[in-house]
Amino acid sequence: MEQVIANGLYLGAQYALIALGLTLIFALMNVLNFAHGQMYVLGGFVTYTIYGQLKLPFVVALICSGVTLAIFGGLMEKFLFRPVVRRSKREESTMLLAAATAFFLDAVMLLLFGEKQRGVPKIISGVFVSDRVILPYDRILVGVIAILMIAAFMLFMQYSKPGRAMRALAQDRVAAQLMGVKVERYSMIGFALGAMLAGVVGGLLVSITGVNSGIGGPISIKAFLMVMIGGAGVVGGAIAGGFILGMMESVGLTVLREYGDITYLVIFALLMIFLSIRPHGLMGKPWG
Amino acid sequence: MINRRSTLKSLALGAVSFLAIAAGGAFSAQAENKELKIGFVGVTSGPAAAWGTSNVRSMQTRADWLNEAGGVKIGEDTYNITIVTFDDQKDPKRAIAGMEKMAQEGIHYVVGPNVDDGAAAVRPVAESKGIIYFPYAFPKALYTPPASNAVLGMVANYQSGPAIYKYLKENKGVKKVAFIAANESDPLSQRDSGVAAAKELGLEVVAEKDTYQNDTRDFTPVLTPIVQLKPDLLVLSGVAPANAPLLIRAARELGYEGLISAETAQDATVLQEGAGELANGFISVGGASTPEIRTPVMEEFIDRYTKKFGEYNDESNTKVYALEYIIETLKANPKAIDNVDEFKKTMDTFSAPNPYAKDSTLKFVGATSFGQKRQLSVPMVVTEFKDGAFQTLFVGEVD
Repeated sequence: MEQVIANGLYLGAQYALIALGLTLIFALMNVLNFAHGQMYVLGGFVTYTIYGQLKLPFVVALICSGVTLAIFGGLMEKFLFRPVVRRSKREESTMLLAAATAFFLDAVMLLLFGEKQRGVPKIISGVFVSDRVILPYDRILVGVIAILMIAAFMLFMQYSKPGRAMRALAQDRVAAQLMGVKVERYSMIGFALGAMLAGVVGGLLVSITGVNSGIGGPISIKAFLMVMIGGAGVVGGAIAGGFILGMMESVGLTVLREYGDITYLVIFALLMIFLSIRPHGLMGKPWG
Repeated sequence: MINRRSTLKSLALGAVSFLAIAAGGAFSAQAENKELKIGFVGVTSGPAAAWGTSNVRSMQTRADWLNEAGGVKIGEDTYNITIVTFDDQKDPKRAIAGMEKMAQEGIHYVVGPNVDDGAAAVRPVAESKGIIYFPYAFPKALYTPPASNAVLGMVANYQSGPAIYKYLKENKGVKKVAFIAANESDPLSQRDSGVAAAKELGLEVVAEKDTYQNDTRDFTPVLTPIVQLKPDLLVLSGVAPANAPLLIRAARELGYEGLISAETAQDATVLQEGAGELANGFISVGGASTPEIRTPVMEEFIDRYTKKFGEYNDESNTKVYALEYIIETLKANPKAIDNVDEFKKTMDTFSAPNPYAKDSTLKFVGATSFGQKRQLSVPMVVTEFKDGAFQTLFVGEVD
């Protein structure tokens, strides 16, 4: 059981990090970013190229992944989402735009990086072995980094000026504007930050799970699942959703294994029941 | 009076005329070549894309090579080969649409689809539109009578699996086997036939129901309970190239020290990048070619493929065969160019030298498995991964 808990905690930490960027973008702009998984994949490929191919240090690759995606996210917000949000009253427009972006990125990455699964050398070797738990050191490291990043992100949102501005935006866009918050600037910063998180976590996990151009969609689905569990647009909810999903997956795969592949069937059934009782998720209120 | 200037002018005009005639002749010879369209319907995007992409790239490499050499002479005519491709995205509905597109273009020979459900879905279209297709899929119903339009393009898992388990039982002392498969039709059917083969060999199967979602990124939770069963052999049934290194790595990192095998072809670069030395000892069905058995033609194919696409895929050693079989069978019976019944008649007696493997012939097989010759004879190369490359474990043949 200790092994199952350790697996669940590790999965939860990485899932929470994936969900954070998605929930941030949703909170700020009310945009369901279907391209979040593709942004993760792009981050993975940047790290693969810089660390795996060019043999530069992993930290450099991780920073490049974050910066690349931040720029990409900022540009996406400015030139795609902002005009659509301004001109269209219907939320479906931004959803369609996000879906189109996802398909576009899938196709571009397939052309640029090919169809193969790509991986990079381990960032740290060795495995921690005890009587009850076996965990490779690189997973422990990634788990710790993920938790540190989550903590840093929460501190940034809580105490920095941009963080406060984004929280105000998420609470009430019009009121924030009336209070002098530059809506367009902070929307762009928020989108860039969300994309950066996707890129960094993609870069971080490429050292463990590798990356290929077809995995963006399934990653987005899992991220949505976590956000729905925790409550859309709530940072704490995304983190809780990530850990809950990670733990459910780990326990389900062990406890239910003799019944076949029904873990996600059970998770989805539980989610349906849960949402019928709490349609806004665990912490389903606007951020604040 | 003929002066030097007019002589030079005449010579120049003569040279230009000669070149024009020669160029015109060459152009008309080129233009005389007819076009032979060969189709491809398969997956070239998503996690299983490595299979379809190696397939279509092999066809394109060989077609370019043949066209560069002046085309292919079939009967009285010479043809340039054009490969018409369709990405079915591993979706049976799209595979049907792809096969219909091939029919609309008047194509009678199609390579693919790459997966079981796609191959089964296109059967009605292929049979009604007069198309012979070459799936890389294993359901026996596609190849046994009354079906007659599908030709298995490779060695099936129920042919390679028993051979691998028998070898490991006899040479490595394997007694306990665990199976794991993606929760999809191909891997599940491969797992079931693998389980049956293992039991028939007297092996103890300690896990036969374990599955995972094909989009799983972290296999540690999936493999934790299986590793605790301590099997001697872990079989990754129908494992996609993208998932193989992740599964191997997770199993090894959980302390699994037994053997790991798969009956599907894999990619050495992907294994090396994804699992590194942890993949050493991994046994899989190789790319139908080893340095010992390959001919200079295969060497040139690998060279051309690498130059054209930047990186070689080991599986293309298998995928190069389908186009070759189509062309050689058409050469043997030119009437089959637009009549698949003629193609079927020829299959029973067809034989030609294998350009890719030493001491080997191209011939249709499958009589034992399917009751009729509906399989390409491709060398069954079983390999072991070691330090970034596949090493041959043994080479077999299907009858």
